[in-house]
Amino acid sequence: MIWLGIDTSNTPLSVAITKNGQTLVEIVQNVKLTHSVTAMPVIEELLAKVNMKPNDIDAIAVSEGPGSYTGIRIGVTIAKTLAWTLNKPLVGVSSLKVIASNANLFNGLVCSLFDARRQNVYAGVYRGIHMEPVIEDHHCTIVDLLTNLKELKEPVLFVGQDVTIFEEVIKEHLGEKALFAPKTLQLPRATKLIELAAEKPFQSMDEVQAFVPKYHRLAQAEAEWMKEQKKE
Amino acid sequence: MENQNLILAIETSCDETAAAVIRNGNEIVSNVVSSQIASQTRFGGVVPEIASRHHVEKITLVIEKALKDANLDPEELDAVAVTEGPGLVGALLIGINAAKAFAFAHGLPIIGVHHIAGHIYANALVQSMEFPLLALVVSGGHTELVLMKEHGHFEVIGETRDDAAGEAYDKVARVLNLPYPGGPHIDRLAHEASEGVVFPRAWLEDSYDFSFSGLKSAVINFKHNMEQRGEKIIPEQVAKGFQDSVVEVLTTKTVRAAKEFQVKQVIAAGGVSANKGLRTSLEQAFAKEEIPFYVPPLNLCTDNAAMIGAAAASMYNASVRGNLSMNGNPGMELKSWSKE
Repeated sequence: MIWLGIDTSNTPLSVAITKNGQTLVEIVQNVKLTHSVTAMPVIEELLAKVNMKPNDIDAIAVSEGPGSYTGIRIGVTIAKTLAWTLNKPLVGVSSLKVIASNANLFNGLVCSLFDARRQNVYAGVYRGIHMEPVIEDHHCTIVDLLTNLKELKEPVLFVGQDVTIFEEVIKEHLGEKALFAPKTLQLPRATKLIELAAEKPFQSMDEVQAFVPKYHRLAQAEAEWMKEQKKE
Repeated sequence: MENQNLILAIETSCDETAAAVIRNGNEIVSNVVSSQIASQTRFGGVVPEIASRHHVEKITLVIEKALKDANLDPEELDAVAVTEGPGLVGALLIGINAAKAFAFAHGLPIIGVHHIAGHIYANALVQSMEFPLLALVVSGGHTELVLMKEHGHFEVIGETRDDAAGEAYDKVARVLNLPYPGGPHIDRLAHEASEGVVFPRAWLEDSYDFSFSGLKSAVINFKHNMEQRGEKIIPEQVAKGFQDSVVEVLTTKTVRAAKEFQVKQVIAAGGVSANKGLRTSLEQAFAKEEIPFYVPPLNLCTDNAAMIGAAAASMYNASVRGNLSMNGNPGMELKSWSKE
């Protein structure tokens, strides 16, 4: 079973090819480059490295969001187009969960978060080797997230590049219960994405065609429009 | 077109998700457009983020339908073409990344097409282009006079200095409380009035450039002044006055350029060229000048992928190729691909 995994949900880019659960090649790039420019050439390069053709891929895994709207759309568009046109299964995995699973050997709660600006975050809380969700991915204020975490009365390991932005407020709310993952565990890795994808069922071709990112937030214009509708 | 070729073309520069298959640059084998108008009408205009979200949802379905309608397998294609710019960057990126993934999956070359080159080449799908040729490109985002001396040669001799004609139409439509997209409504109302309010014309002296923001302001001011005096505006007369001004400037400048450059053919392209008032005016003017004038059928005036495939065929013959690092180019310049 050969997997191609693609994560373009935030600044980092990760692409991997695995065979029967073993890594053949993986790249994690953490430089500010446009995914539209880099993602396809990287996919081409990695396939060439392992001497494979696009059709040799058996299944495709993609980080489906949340994250940068444009970022997740690039990954999802590439993944769903490849899956559809090569007639291969596609599996989407939460981009928060992908990073959380860097710490899936941690015995306790793992909180993965992305900065969503204005003291808001996208966050998900997971536990255990299979990263069972404890708090589902959602968009909320950092304070609401920390209030909810405090109620769980357990140590929480924070992962994700944006954690540093909130380090002080996290410590303020959780004190010694707050733990911080080393920097090397804060970037998405497409091999971890594939590992999580392999646990999920394949989608039908209809579902592949209908596949869209999980933004966890309405577009601003849509949110305002819905507010107007409720008023009337 | 010297070579036989089959091109799959993709267009997502604004709010239409489109794919088409074009044979030899002049024959539409299939042409699929999925419009977002129903969704975007809620916001009174195109919201870029909403457009991008719709594109991701529809992109593979639209490409699949284009291939199915053409009864073709990807292996039978010679190239994949996609709108590289200009347009909404987030929207462009969906078509571009789908095109790159598709091209890579099947080992096909990829060609990045300028949206305006596409609008101009829509005409190649209707009759052969004769050079020198003058194209008036009028849409929601563009108002340009483009001179072509041969296939793949473009010289922008005039363009708008502020609003595009279509943009002015949409803004004036909003002033008149007409639904989005406003152009067709103004066109319709204008034909219901016998006399229009007199609005200024921006001639910009001898230049072939255009300006529509002053006209738009004049319409807004007219409405304010009437309202302050407690009088009601007659929308039909405002629509006619506005349209008369736009049409007269566009027609006069296009005719003057056609004569100066002694062109063999004049074409109108872009969404606004579907406007009846503009079409009629240009047809009459060029009939009088005895210069052949063409407008593509409505479905090829508005955004579509067939026109992108038509332009791409000329690029394909000129050995123009893109690569997998193609990015969305929202401010892309119209560049010639002919060798001269």
